[in-house]
Amino acid sequence: MEKRVTFKGIWLPFVLVMPQIVITAVFFFYPAGQAIWQSLFIPDPFGLSMQYVGLGNFTFLLGDPFYRASFVTTAVFSTLVTLVSMGVALYLAVLADRLIKSSGTYRTLLIWPYAVAPAVAGVLWLFMFNTRVGVVAWYLGQLGYDWNHVLNDGEAMGLVVVASAWGRISYNFLFFLAGLQAIPRSLIESAAIEGARFWTRFRTIVFPLLSPMTFFLLVVNVVYAFFETFGVIHTITSGGPQQATTILVYKVFSDGFVGQDLGSSAAQSVILLFVVSILTIIQFKYIERRVHY
Amino acid sequence: MATVVLESLRKSFGKTEVIHGVSIDVEDGEFIVIVGPSGCGKSTLLRMVAGLETVTSGSVAIGDRVVNDVEPMDRDISMVFQNYALYPHMSVFDNIAYGLKIAKLPRAEIAERVKNAAEILQLGPYLDRKPRELSGGQRQRVAMGRSIVRKPAVFLFDEPLSNLDAKLRVQMRLEIKSLQRRLGVTALYVTHDQVEAMTLADRMIVMNSGVTEQIGKPLDVYASPKTAFVAGFIGSPPTNFLESDPTQRVLPASCRLGIRPEHIRVVDPEQGVCVGTVVFSEPLGAETLVHLRLLDGQSLTLRQDGLLRVPGENELIGVAWNRSDEMIFSADGKRAFREEEDNKGSPDT
Amino acid sequence: MADTGGMVENRGIQRWLTHMGLMIGVAFIFFPIWLAFVASTVEQQEIVRPPMPLLPGDQFVDNYARALTAGVNAPVMRMLFNSAIMALGIAFGKIAISLLSAFAIVYFRFPGRHLFFWLIFLTLMLPVEVRIVPTYEVVARFGMLNSYPGLILPLVASATATFLFRQFFLTVPDELAEAARVDGARPMRFFIDILLPMSRTNIAALFVILFIYGWNQYLWPLLITTDPSMNTVVMGIKQMFPSGDDTADWPVIMATALLAMLPPVVIVIAMQRLFIRGLVDSEK
Repeated sequence: MEKRVTFKGIWLPFVLVMPQIVITAVFFFYPAGQAIWQSLFIPDPFGLSMQYVGLGNFTFLLGDPFYRASFVTTAVFSTLVTLVSMGVALYLAVLADRLIKSSGTYRTLLIWPYAVAPAVAGVLWLFMFNTRVGVVAWYLGQLGYDWNHVLNDGEAMGLVVVASAWGRISYNFLFFLAGLQAIPRSLIESAAIEGARFWTRFRTIVFPLLSPMTFFLLVVNVVYAFFETFGVIHTITSGGPQQATTILVYKVFSDGFVGQDLGSSAAQSVILLFVVSILTIIQFKYIERRVHY
Repeated sequence: MATVVLESLRKSFGKTEVIHGVSIDVEDGEFIVIVGPSGCGKSTLLRMVAGLETVTSGSVAIGDRVVNDVEPMDRDISMVFQNYALYPHMSVFDNIAYGLKIAKLPRAEIAERVKNAAEILQLGPYLDRKPRELSGGQRQRVAMGRSIVRKPAVFLFDEPLSNLDAKLRVQMRLEIKSLQRRLGVTALYVTHDQVEAMTLADRMIVMNSGVTEQIGKPLDVYASPKTAFVAGFIGSPPTNFLESDPTQRVLPASCRLGIRPEHIRVVDPEQGVCVGTVVFSEPLGAETLVHLRLLDGQSLTLRQDGLLRVPGENELIGVAWNRSDEMIFSADGKRAFREEEDNKGSPDT
Repeated sequence: MADTGGMVENRGIQRWLTHMGLMIGVAFIFFPIWLAFVASTVEQQEIVRPPMPLLPGDQFVDNYARALTAGVNAPVMRMLFNSAIMALGIAFGKIAISLLSAFAIVYFRFPGRHLFFWLIFLTLMLPVEVRIVPTYEVVARFGMLNSYPGLILPLVASATATFLFRQFFLTVPDELAEAARVDGARPMRFFIDILLPMSRTNIAALFVILFIYGWNQYLWPLLITTDPSMNTVVMGIKQMFPSGDDTADWPVIMATALLAMLPPVVIVIAMQRLFIRGLVDSEK
């Protein structure tokens, strides 16, 4: 799409795009280029010189059991976060959609956690499950279950998943509710007249009509789980126990800043860059057929 | 107030030429209507005069100045757009005053000029409203107001009435005409509506596919169309075109005969130039349109006084017309003249 | 609004069950906040000897005053101020540079237009998390560690807002720009007098989203603010936990957590319509 009429001038538009171009070049293209460049080198132990290793960092990473484990961890983590947050959100949206009058009230009650930072959400959930003072952990203990996410891999994963999904429910709820409300009532009612019960209607009419929205949310939530959950992981588990919750983004951080392994961290950045590109392309291909409401 | 002279004006978008050399002389104070079907290039032509489109070749002169490379604001023109292009966030007053504010006129003079314009256009009570709070006709008036406060030498109108309902269109048509007369400003007016063209124009320009088919006073153009296109486009219902002469006379090779509906009379079958059956009749009150199928299968529409008898469906009737009303068009659409018509003079402008 | 759900089994017990289901969801959402609130109103001793009470105590004023003025490493007041600067800087910065570049890209034809467009487009893809190490080095080299520009600028480089404004500008009728040209408006005059006022709602909606985005940043401030007085509140909470076996000052930490979420939550609830619009727009 193009404008029919445009203003004349060469310098003015240049000046206008410059702020964005300069900031993007300095804080985006240059660092991204650096990441790619650094990924080809290994610094010596004293950080004095760099040795060119070609794709050595990448081959090392792909063979590194820790990195491969981190891939699996990321896959498990993002699948769970996406499923939990979308599942709960869909369930709540379907319920809210049935209450014409009060769906707005429930929306207000449910959307605000979007504004809670993942790191803050992490602190809140950490507090509930803290092994020493956590009230939920304590009640679990009373029931005979010894909660300890500091030592137990599964419990640690469960906790970061729930804490990450918790704040995300509101976002998914908002989009699902809008999608549901966009479905014409007459469709549902005619199905009801034909005798379809609620669950049948949901399976055969509502969910198929909602599928573009669902797909969109799927991509967006995976992106969220990949990148924006850093705060949750860092506050609750710091990647532990024994890297059980070290997702890829966390590993870039811990190898680069804690471990000071710049070459490996840069190579990991490049791999992530690749992953994001694919996700973005999927998202953009899809946008052409986006449901607008 | 100024003349507008277009000379061999051409416009190309990329490799496609859309205006193929248009030359027009507009006199000072004249109301010129450019009429044609959509896509004929009439709006592009107007926008070239406004300076909103660049000129590919040829020249546009306003007053005695060639303005090809002059910015719109410096051309001493104003323009009324089809969708009015009112600034949605500004009040009526600010919309009308915007150009004057940019020109840095003194506050008092702006207020004075806007007040005058509002008075002329009966917008006084609405000056504080936003465009969305106005009716279509009122928005149209605001667009006019924006145009007249600047006291331009030339008014440009780009289908200004096409977003209005039929009744309002007639009313605004009258207002535009009387306004232009009162201010004595040269006007170029683009429309696809031939009724607007006929009623508003001092001279009209019929355009088709990027060329001017005919320029002339509305009644002259109507009475002696120079091309088959003009004959078909101006007049409603349009001119009848007959591929073969039903009167058994021989037409020049691959020529067509044009005859206007109002020139055809209903007569007894045996007295007619030719006969046909009535497909259906449309009695409109003041007049009646009768659609016929001639014996050789060609269609013909005639218009007769509403007081005359309305022929029934499938009725066989004769029709007749004066030979002097016939128009012969050659294969390329140009008017071909029979010898006996020569004494009427060519319909040149 | 009539109860149009009547046709679709929405009466009596069904209705009641629906409300029940939603209330469970609401409770699940609210429970962590409630606990945090309770913890921020009681004394430390009541928390370290579990189970902690489930109803608020009487230390509200005391705990919050302590957090705001003293905190653990830096007064929370100070961290809130830093967060506000960062969030406002990011929101205003992004909106400003995006408006300008979208205006240039939509309303001008200039050499390199498509190149710039694609350069900006590429930045859509990369969250700051992916390029942290080299970005950190750039900021360090500019001496922008522990500074507001360091907190703000790297997060301003993103294309979402540019795209949003581009989309919006494309829907503005061409005739408005033409009318402005005929009225004598030069490009910047048109931008300021016509385009900006027309974009008000979009700007406001985007502002809500970007403010939350900026306020909730975690990793970036964590990296570049080593001086506690430059910490933002969201990252500062984690810094309040003691490193060793010491007991955390839970009431103050929880008060801080609530203070940290208060501004964005208030904005979301108060500007719900703008927020939803911004959310939908920015995902387009």
